[in-house]
Order: sequence, then C-alpha cells, then structure tokens
Amino acid sequence: MSLHSLTLHELQGKLKKREISSVEVTESVFRRISATEDKLHSFITLCRDAALTEAKKADERLKQGGGFSPLLGIPIALKDIFLSRGILTTCASKILGNFVPPYDSTTVKKLRAAGAVTVGKTNMDEFAMGSSTENSAFTATRNPWKLDRVPGGSSGGSAAAVAADQCIAALGTDTGGSIRQPAACCGIVGLKPTYGRVSRYGIIAFASSLDQVGPMTKDVTDCALMLEAIAGYDPSDSTSVDLPVPAYAGFLNGDVKGLRVGIPKEYFIAGMQPEVEQAVKKNIRMLEKSGVKIEEISLPHAEYAVAVYYIIATAEASSNLARYDGMKYGYRAPAKDLTETYMKSREEGFGPEVKRRIMLGTYALSAGYYDAYYLKAQKVQTLIKKDFEEAFKKCDAIITPTAPTTAFKIGEKTQDPLQMYLSDIFTISVNLAGLPGLSLPCGFDSEGLPIGMQIIGKHFDEATILRIGFACEQATEWHKKKPQL
Amino acid sequence: MKIARDEVRHVATLARLQFSPEEEEILTGQLDKILQYMEKLNQLDTTNIEPLAHAVDVTNAFREDRVANQPSPDAMLANAPARERDFFKVPKIIE
Repeated sequence: MSLHSLTLHELQGKLKKREISSVEVTESVFRRISATEDKLHSFITLCRDAALTEAKKADERLKQGGGFSPLLGIPIALKDIFLSRGILTTCASKILGNFVPPYDSTTVKKLRAAGAVTVGKTNMDEFAMGSSTENSAFTATRNPWKLDRVPGGSSGGSAAAVAADQCIAALGTDTGGSIRQPAACCGIVGLKPTYGRVSRYGIIAFASSLDQVGPMTKDVTDCALMLEAIAGYDPSDSTSVDLPVPAYAGFLNGDVKGLRVGIPKEYFIAGMQPEVEQAVKKNIRMLEKSGVKIEEISLPHAEYAVAVYYIIATAEASSNLARYDGMKYGYRAPAKDLTETYMKSREEGFGPEVKRRIMLGTYALSAGYYDAYYLKAQKVQTLIKKDFEEAFKKCDAIITPTAPTTAFKIGEKTQDPLQMYLSDIFTISVNLAGLPGLSLPCGFDSEGLPIGMQIIGKHFDEATILRIGFACEQATEWHKKKPQL
Repeated sequence: MKIARDEVRHVATLARLQFSPEEEEILTGQLDKILQYMEKLNQLDTTNIEPLAHAVDVTNAFREDRVANQPSPDAMLANAPARERDFFKVPKIIE
C-alpha cells in the first residue's frame, strides 16, 4: 500500500517508530498529485519545494524524539482562504490574484508549529460562496468518484484532495455547509466545530458571525486529532471561546450505549434522493442496535433556514467585501478617478456569484429594507436556535442527511442560483445556531457516488458527535472505499 | 416584482459595482426570484421575538492597547497596487 493512501493516525505511528520518514510520505503525496491533478484540479497553488524542506525539518524533529505531535511530518492541504505567510492566497478570486500574505492565520501557525507539512492551497468557490467549487475564478474541481460531477463546495478542492489521497488531511471553512457538503459529495469526514471553538483569525472573512474553520479527513480518528491541534482560545479572535480543549481522540472507544439521538422529521423531505434517505436510515438502525436510543424530534423552523441564511450571510459579506477597493492590496483597475477605480476594480475583480451576493446583502441592509429583511431574518434565526435548544432537551445529538442528493453534474445548477443555495438546506441551520456538525460517509448510490450523514451536537460538544461518528465507522467500511482514478 | 431594474442600479452604486445592461437584466430576474423565496419568512409572526446577533454567547473582549506585532513597512506594502516610499499611493481624493 502506498504511503499517500494511509490515514494520519496510521502514518503517525510509522513516523514515530521511524519506519518511514516524512520526506518519503511527502514525496509519495506529490507523486500522487502528479498522477491525478490533471483530472481533478484540486489545487490553486502547490508548494513542492517548501513542503520537502518542511518534511526534512520534521524528520530532524522525529530523529531527536522531542516535540512529538500527531501532525509532525504529515502532509496537509489548506483551502485557499487561509492566510499563509509567503504563499499566494487568492480565495479563488481575481481580486486577490497576486496576494501574498505577510502573516499566517492562527490555524496555519498552529499546524506549522505542530510540524505539519503544507502541500498546497486548494481550490474553492470564490470567497467561499458556492456549493460546487464552480465559482472559482481559476478552475473547476472535479469529483474524484465521477469526473463529470462537482466535488461540492465551497471547500471542494480540499474534499477532492483528501478523497483522492493528494494529501493526508486538509483544512476547510464552513459558513453554511462548506466543509460538510463537499465532505459528503467526496466520501470523506468533515467537521464544522462550534462557533468560537477554532480561531478565525487570518481566514478571509465571508460572513463573520457564521464562518468557522474545521478539519477534512479520511476518517473520524484523524478528524479528532486535527480538531485538537487547531482548537482553542485565541486573543486575536474576540469571538473565540476560552474553554479547555479535550483530547478528542480519547472519546473514540466505540461505546455509544445509552446515548440519545434525535431524528428530525423535517429533514426527511419530499424531493430528496431516495437512496440518501435509505442510507441514512440504515445507519440509524445500526446505531440503535449498538444501544443508542432513537427519539423522533421536531425542528419546526428548519424550512426557513435557507431564506434566513441568504439574508444574514450576504449582508455580512457585502460589508466584509467592501475592503476590496483596490487601495492597499489586491487588484486595482486603471481608471480616471477614485470612484471609477473602485467600480472598475470590483467589476473586473469579482465573479458573478460574489457580485450577486454583495448586491443581495447591500439591498437587505439598505434604507427602507433593513427591517423587512435583515431584522426579520435575525428574529427567525432566534426561532431556529430555540428549536435546537428544545430538541437537545430530549437528545444528545441529532442525525440528518448532510445533503439532499449526492454530487450533481458540473454545470447543472450554475444558471439557477436558488437551486444551488438549496443544496445546503440540511447544513445551514447548524451554522445559524452556532452548533458543531460532523459529516461522514454512510453509503453509496447506484451510480457509485458517496452519501453523507450529518451528526449535529450541542455547543462545544464535539466529543459526543465524534464518538457517535466513530461508532458508525467501526461498524461499516464506507470510509475505506477509494475512488478509482 | 420584488425588485425593479432601477433599484438594482441604485444598489449597485451603493455597493460600488457596475453591470452591463445585459448583466443588469439577468441579475434583476435572479434577485427577484431569490427575494420572492425570502418572502416565506413573512409566514412567521415574530412580533415579540428578539433578533439574534450571535449564536454563541460572547461578551466584549477587551485588551490593553499595546502594539503586539510590528511587521515591517516593506512587508505591509508588498501587496500594494502602487507605492511611494513608505506610503500606499492612491488616486486623488480631494479635487
């Protein structure tokens, strides 16, 4: 078996025993990238030389035996939304087409300190706005399971790279489903932690009250190890929360007896792909056999989540993206005066979906419409959050499908933005309520495309959803399946 | 119609964006469809409901007003579209 196809925790053991070196793992990963990247387009930037230098340093640390961390010497990929010092960071936008950050995001800093090796920066929907990675200004990433399908989005490059063994693990960001939905589409594990669990400092802002960083990995154990490495309070992010970070992998013992899992009836809707529903329900029955108590619950305001989200998120985006004015960094178009410089730089620098969302957000915040849209949305957000509070009186976690269908065809939804927005119908409410959500593979459809199951937890209770996810994984082999490329 | 073309043009000016007439027409149709969908929020009575600003309770985080990092002017200016000495060079603001 090739080194690139192993998991983080498998490699960690071999690295620690010095059966293999980080340089060998990194070279294996880059051989895999050379063999597959023409088909997939997972990356915007590759950092081969820097990665090999980092791998050599990791091998030195491993040789000395000191400063061991689970990530030491592990090749990882970063969504191109993470500021990485000295490495081009574009957010898949022309407006940041030549932007090289002067500092690292807190999460990148933590990964570097832990000795992880940065393979490269992955493709995404421009400014994380999208569910298919087709909104990248540079290239569309393909789904490794079927090349005419999207990998999901917005963290589609990270998801495809992990699924295709082009890296061992990756980081993504999730504002309305951007880690979980691509994880589901590509058959990997993806976690959106509780809002405040992981620092957002140094990730390019989309909707600041919803954005969250999380791991995208080959299995649940890797996910737990990555989360532990990136979680924690950061004085540079005033919304990060000062709570101790548990050793998450310690909760993965396969024992889920007595846990109560809620199944919301509103999440099994007409119009969803029957195979998705069947696969999720089969996994729920399996959990029941392992001693989990299944409760039917209700989240009555679930159907309003997409409408709320596309007001709140676009309003915040319109404000966050006002900074791209062509003055201090980013693209500046030649123009005759200041106003024309703003207009032309933004017209030429942003893609259609980003402009559409800036327009929606500006409209929702504009005089005469603020109460009808923004304030109304914030009030319904309260109702959505209360639904979950009620539900969690009856259960410890909630299980739903991650997305209503498996990966759709490239180009299928690009002409109809609203249809695209509805691909996140099951993930969005989790961001609106600030909760943690885990997606893991739970089956395949008749075309061989992976199906994802979502486990939602209470605030800061990532341990329980990882524990349940691990129990599912132990009972099945879905996470071990690999796409043929 | 939830939104008309002249409103789209007005919002574009507020957002410092501009569109060709063809783009404007397509965008008006798309925004209209999305805003129609958002109408469903009006099915809900939210009279006594407080708006939510943050899903997780956060309080103001204060710190001492001290310089924590001091990247060099060169590092900070490296991405500038135009530079003169240690300054960002921008188009004339006052006529």
